[in-house]
Amino acid sequence: MGANLKEVRDRIKSVKSTQQITRAMKMVSAAKLRRAQMAIQQMRPYANKMNEMLKNILSNMEADDASSKFSAEREVKNVLMVCITSNRGLCGGFNSNIIKGVVNTVNEKYAEQLAAGNVTVMCIGKKGMDFFGRRKQYNPIDTHVNLFADLTFDNIAPVANEIMDAFSAGEYDAVEISYGRFKNAAVQFAEVEQYLPVETVKPDANADANAADEKSNKALYIFEPGKKELLEQLIPSILQNQLQKCCLDTNASEHGARMTAMDKATENAEDIVKELKITYNKARQEAITKELSEIVGGAAALEGA
Amino acid sequence: MNITVLSPDKELFSGEITGVKVPGINGQFEILNNHAAIVSALASGGVRITKAGGASMTFSIEKGFVEVLHNEVSLLVQGVSDLD
Repeated sequence: MGANLKEVRDRIKSVKSTQQITRAMKMVSAAKLRRAQMAIQQMRPYANKMNEMLKNILSNMEADDASSKFSAEREVKNVLMVCITSNRGLCGGFNSNIIKGVVNTVNEKYAEQLAAGNVTVMCIGKKGMDFFGRRKQYNPIDTHVNLFADLTFDNIAPVANEIMDAFSAGEYDAVEISYGRFKNAAVQFAEVEQYLPVETVKPDANADANAADEKSNKALYIFEPGKKELLEQLIPSILQNQLQKCCLDTNASEHGARMTAMDKATENAEDIVKELKITYNKARQEAITKELSEIVGGAAALEGA
Repeated sequence: MNITVLSPDKELFSGEITGVKVPGINGQFEILNNHAAIVSALASGGVRITKAGGASMTFSIEKGFVEVLHNEVSLLVQGVSDLD
């Protein structure tokens, strides 16, 4: 029995130290989550303003000249999937959901292109690369795997430019992004979003109705240079911004997911410790009872002699 | 009039100003009080903001956009450097 007792004691100790690690990781994630959320909030005014400008321009435009080279719908031959995952694991099903998003989308929408070897996956974040790096049919490219080290606009914009250049050069006919959409600390979704071609930007039919209650009124802006040129300037910026949003969202989601996962792990460890303690106490009691009955038995034997 | 200067990463400045000079894509221009509503793309160049108290603030940008409406200026900038 002595050996068994020691074994249980050692297991309790090791579970407790694991629990300490998971608890620490939860704390770290909580702190990082706060910072990631702040980054999202700081980006938001810029993105909102930009969309507002886009709306202003569109509501002043004639219906059919609102197209740009980024909205060209072509026959889809070559597909680029951008897979934004985290660099590290231990965050539940977070990364595998994003990867699954890519695989499912490809299977549903681009099965032919995959068979022809025309699907390319651009991985941002190591976890996605770990997965697609072993599956060469997806033609993984890893040039931006380390983007997560520094998620400032200056780092992300060149990636967005690269994608836009490749799209306008005809290397890809469709670009989709799979990323972790951040809702709140407990809820994240893996989401696949079409990036290019941009959904045909149509002058908003309701714009006139809304204009009355918004202070931005139709037909009083001076547009410099022309509206069309302005749109051509604005759309790349919006696309850069969109990619940055996806990256920042994924970053926040990662920490949220890890926080939840580590919280569960800590709770789990607590349960295991409880169970082990009961086993330990039972074993200890058994040992004592056995010892006692041995002593009593021994004494009785002596008395009898 | 009021200005908000936004970069993709954060808000750089907001407050009361008397004028702002921006590098419009068709040439530099200055926005003063009661400027007509305008949306303009910006080229690379210097921006000079004259604050209400007379102090000025300058920086250079790579590109950006400016919108003016009812004395509210929104300046969206990318690639800011030499911020003082």
